[in-house]
Amino acid sequence: MFDNLVRKVSGVVVYVLRELGGMGLMFFSGVYWAFRRPFKFNYIFKQMEFIGVKSAGVVIITGTFTGMVLALQSYYGFRKFGAEGLVGTTVALSMTRELGPVLTSLMVTGRAGSAMAAELGTMRVTEQIDALIVMALNPIKYLVTPRVVASFFMLPVLTVVADFVGIVGGWLVGVKLLGINEGAFINKMTKYLELDDIYNGLVKAACFGIILSVVACYKGFYTKGGAEGVGRSTTESVVISSVSILIADYVLTSLMF
Amino acid sequence: MADNGIVIKIKDLYKTFDSQRVLDGVNLEVKRGEITVIIGKSGGGKSVLMKHLIGLLKPDSGEIWIDGSDITKLKERDLNEVRKKFGMLFQEAALFDSMNVIDNVAFPVREHTKLPEEEILRMAQERLRNVGLAGFDNKMPSELSGGMRKRVGLARALILDPDIILFDEPTSALDPITSLTILDLIKETQERLKKTYVVISHDILGMFRIAHKVAMLYNGRIIEFGTPKEIRQSKKEEIKEFLKATGIPGFSGGDR
Ligand SMILES: Nc1ncnc2c1ncn2[C@@H]1O[C@H](COP(=O)(O)OP(=O)(O)O)[C@@H](O)[C@H]1O
Ligand SMILES: [Mg+2]
Repeated sequence: MFDNLVRKVSGVVVYVLRELGGMGLMFFSGVYWAFRRPFKFNYIFKQMEFIGVKSAGVVIITGTFTGMVLALQSYYGFRKFGAEGLVGTTVALSMTRELGPVLTSLMVTGRAGSAMAAELGTMRVTEQIDALIVMALNPIKYLVTPRVVASFFMLPVLTVVADFVGIVGGWLVGVKLLGINEGAFINKMTKYLELDDIYNGLVKAACFGIILSVVACYKGFYTKGGAEGVGRSTTESVVISSVSILIADYVLTSLMF
Repeated sequence: MADNGIVIKIKDLYKTFDSQRVLDGVNLEVKRGEITVIIGKSGGGKSVLMKHLIGLLKPDSGEIWIDGSDITKLKERDLNEVRKKFGMLFQEAALFDSMNVIDNVAFPVREHTKLPEEEILRMAQERLRNVGLAGFDNKMPSELSGGMRKRVGLARALILDPDIILFDEPTSALDPITSLTILDLIKETQERLKKTYVVISHDILGMFRIAHKVAMLYNGRIIEFGTPKEIRQSKKEEIKEFLKATGIPGFSGGDR
């Protein structure tokens, strides 16, 4: 009974370590190939476009409604102290420091990360990855590097969009709907929101971009077992990315602020 | 190593997955400019053997000599130099889904040469014409039938004029007519280009149409090797059994 437990636990530990090691290795070789000629700019731009186009809509909707609900919630709280003027500050700080990067990354994980895992998984099970190797081309350079680099640059961009529409959403609800004085809303917001808040949020977003792309590429790249395996890799990649992003968010926040 | 027209020499190749021994001491020599067919039943390790030839898998032990170097000992970079001598047609063609037909065929040229774009397109179109797919340039792989995909795969495998071309089950999952077209294409291109072709298949009848040499893979070893005629006259029980599966009376032991 106890023996069994030990075996199970150590099995899980070994599995987790192996996966982490594999992902770390994939990250480093992805970065290594990013600095080796010839550079594959067209592959990177294609991925940037893919991530941007795929996720922009959902990021805008998520950001707007998050800002709106933040305004609504904080308004009810602050009204009790007559501090409605702080609603703008609350929305802006929450969006830029926390919800912008995190929600954006979770949305991109669902839209683009899952697609990356499925795409690479399909390429694996239909031998397209082998075909690249047989052509004496490095599949990491062609498949993984562009996705990691594109995610690294695109997540901050999408986060800026989310921050912006979130604040606009907060303004809509706070000023236009609930009638908070516009001057107070804007003044307090600009007074307390610092460039560092935005900047730190964007650093987080870039880190999350690396996490979600490396997890998706790793899961896709090492897919086994046909179409069913592709489905499994896709699901696992979304779950692992989402959880890792939330854990990393805590770690980064405690380091930064 | 002396040449004697031998391009690929496999020596005592062993490969085990977990506890399953797939290759159990394979020995084989492939002659330059010939079509060598490796026949064996499904799941018998043919694809595993082929993947060793191009360094997609490493053996547990044994040697594979290609043009004077043992590729099982090579580092990735040197292995890539050897790989440039190869073309390969995969079982399901392995075309890149994200590219149309012409980009698929042109891909190896774009990545490995600095030729001008018009020249690359001209080469790709010529190869497509050779496999009977002129005018299919802008189709996506998903819009093609299995047979067409294999023809595009063949055009892609041939475009850099490799010395050795590997075929993994070129006729599997095709209807009999399409199978014949593919076999004729293989035979026709080989006679025209005089390159070394290595084909693996379980389709005995089809393979006897094109083979110069046949090797029988059985229980992880090559148990018989020779011309199609020699194979059909083999006295080995396993081979007679396999040939009988063609359903043609007298195919085993006959001399056509
Ligand atoms: N990468 C691998 N890992 C584990 N087992 C494998 C792997 N590749 C092939 N095998 C096993 O080796 C055996 C031979 O497979 P294969 O070479 O594909 O047969 P075939 O002769 O049909 O091409 C099969 O039983 C297969 O399950
Ligand atoms: Mg096979």
